[in-house]
Amino acid sequence: MNAMSTAIRPYAEGFKSLEPALTRSAPAWLTALRREAFARFANRGFPGEREEDWKYTSTRPLEKRGFAPSLTASGAMDADVIEPVFLREMPVHTLIFINGRHTPALGTDGPDIAGLHITSLAKALQQATDKLQAYFAPVSAWSDDPFTALNTAFLQDGVIIEIDDGMRLEQPLQLIFLSTKQAQPGACHPRILVRLGRHAHATLLETYHGLEEAANLTNGYTQIHLGENAQLEHLRVQRESAEDFHVSRVRVAQQQGSRYVSHTLNLGGLWVRTDLSTRLEAPEAEAVFNGLYWTDQGRHVDNHTRIDHLAPGTRSDELYRGIIGGHSRAVFNGKVVVAKHAVKTDAAQINNNLLLSRQAEIDTKPELEIYADDVKCSHGASIGQLDEQALFYLRSRGLDPETARSLLIGAFAHAVLDRIATPELQAFARRQLAAVMQPS
Amino acid sequence: MLSIKNLHAKVEDREILRGLDLEVKAGEIHAIMGPNGSGKSTLAYILAGREGYAVTNGSVTYLGKDLLAMPPEERAREGLFLAFQYPVEIPGVNNVYLLKAAYNAIRKHRGEEELDAVDFLALVRTRMQLMEMDAGMLSRAVNEGFSGGEKKRNEILQMLVLEPKLALLDETDSGLDIDALKVVAKGINKLRSPERAILMITHYQRLLDYIEPDFVHVLAGGRILKSGDRKLALELERRGYDWVLAEAAA
Repeated sequence: MNAMSTAIRPYAEGFKSLEPALTRSAPAWLTALRREAFARFANRGFPGEREEDWKYTSTRPLEKRGFAPSLTASGAMDADVIEPVFLREMPVHTLIFINGRHTPALGTDGPDIAGLHITSLAKALQQATDKLQAYFAPVSAWSDDPFTALNTAFLQDGVIIEIDDGMRLEQPLQLIFLSTKQAQPGACHPRILVRLGRHAHATLLETYHGLEEAANLTNGYTQIHLGENAQLEHLRVQRESAEDFHVSRVRVAQQQGSRYVSHTLNLGGLWVRTDLSTRLEAPEAEAVFNGLYWTDQGRHVDNHTRIDHLAPGTRSDELYRGIIGGHSRAVFNGKVVVAKHAVKTDAAQINNNLLLSRQAEIDTKPELEIYADDVKCSHGASIGQLDEQALFYLRSRGLDPETARSLLIGAFAHAVLDRIATPELQAFARRQLAAVMQPS
Repeated sequence: MLSIKNLHAKVEDREILRGLDLEVKAGEIHAIMGPNGSGKSTLAYILAGREGYAVTNGSVTYLGKDLLAMPPEERAREGLFLAFQYPVEIPGVNNVYLLKAAYNAIRKHRGEEELDAVDFLALVRTRMQLMEMDAGMLSRAVNEGFSGGEKKRNEILQMLVLEPKLALLDETDSGLDIDALKVVAKGINKLRSPERAILMITHYQRLLDYIEPDFVHVLAGGRILKSGDRKLALELERRGYDWVLAEAAA
């Protein structure tokens, strides 16, 4: 057997063993979709470093683990385990997933609010209505992504969130994904489907947390549709254990005048790859991408973002910052594409990196592709170290070196967190960052 | 309070200080003047503990302790304060946050209770009034976007809040217009007391019109070539430095 098939074998075995359960009483379209997705994955294999999108991130560490499918969590789980990542700063609706499976016992089973519809994806898959089918794009539309294929083939749980036209959801929705120690490391493939109607407003918080000794793969897929003038603030906090693997795809489609604000915080995990993209499909749609990645030890965190300006008068504003220490490695690739008819596009992108050690590495690649005239686009990237003059200045005022360093690092990071509009969410984000930077 | 004996120091193999001697007692104000490149700022940085300087000979004793053996933060906690010639801009670090952290670090070192936020703010406000500073400066990032004059006022504000035993002022007068100079001088004079000493490094004697020194020293070629009183500064203003250099060479 060659190396490629060795990497695929555990997934093939997993698919074979799960297939009867996955396809039992499922509609034909879903079974066909799963089989096609798995065939696509098996045929394509994991991406190689010669592929442009994977130039700086090798999937070898992930391949070597040979993750089996995660099993449904058994036994009671103490509610305390979610405490560190629970949004306690404000009232919130919470859904909890353990190793990818919705666990109603620990959180609310979805609030009962008119205009808000929350459905467990596991239930929706059992019922497999035609409405569900509309959420699944044909395999041919995936642009050849093996992780999306895996997510589709193994899909078991997740959530569908639908918000009616004009509905303004006061409380944020928080989805907590816990990775826990299993008999053998497992892979889960949660999917989050979000649809905001016209003029609907909401705040969504996704939190990925790993418990001690967890060493799993979370391969998530989030799909968001914003109707006309809809607004979504979307905070994603990824702080799994130092042995966890994490892959995320977030795909957004935006209608006229809609506003999507994303805050991505990568604070944990051993090997992390996040792809965030939005399509500004109609005039005056706006996207704000904020990101903060903090890596230490030998961790690897890769962020790929893409913003497609497809209509006139669309706007995007992106700020990603990275703090890279130890012998860790971070990757940032931000692509902004302005299509031919997207005149009056306004796009700004900045990526700043702070290297804390000589062994740390950052590969940053801002990309701008403009096919329209009359646009305003800018991008820039920087890589620097802690300012020695500032450090001395702070120490000359009586601050010890550790305090001075963390003050400067915090200031660098807070420039991103300051862009979180809701004060309580901002406080939550600061608490998450503080927890990893100064572990108690 | 401060005793510098035969201090030699290098920066990247270039000898900047070549046997500097200086005695500063509590209650005294000293002015160090000298031509460009004479080692004035090097002296200030070495006393404050900045890295990048190699002391090759001599000693510095501060309040009976070996100053050079202390890290910068310990010097600060022991009551030494350097007002920077070029105060550093620190984006994202709040001015009042730094002031409070610095103030409490010093109090903690002395075994005193940390001051709570309300009392601390009241203290800072009175000092800001003296420095004729706008209250809005407190919530801004440290020195970020401050004009040259605002930065210098901010240095003196920090000094007034931290109440050092030994204040080193590195060209605090440079880049100030006459009104700002008067305000800065008022702040420095406020600190004057029998328990404290002030060491001013300056290019021009005009600062000394507002803060009268007890001693004036000429630093050139890494050594103190001549010491005197207030009159020496006036003579330097009139005659320049060449005659001092010639006198020393003779």
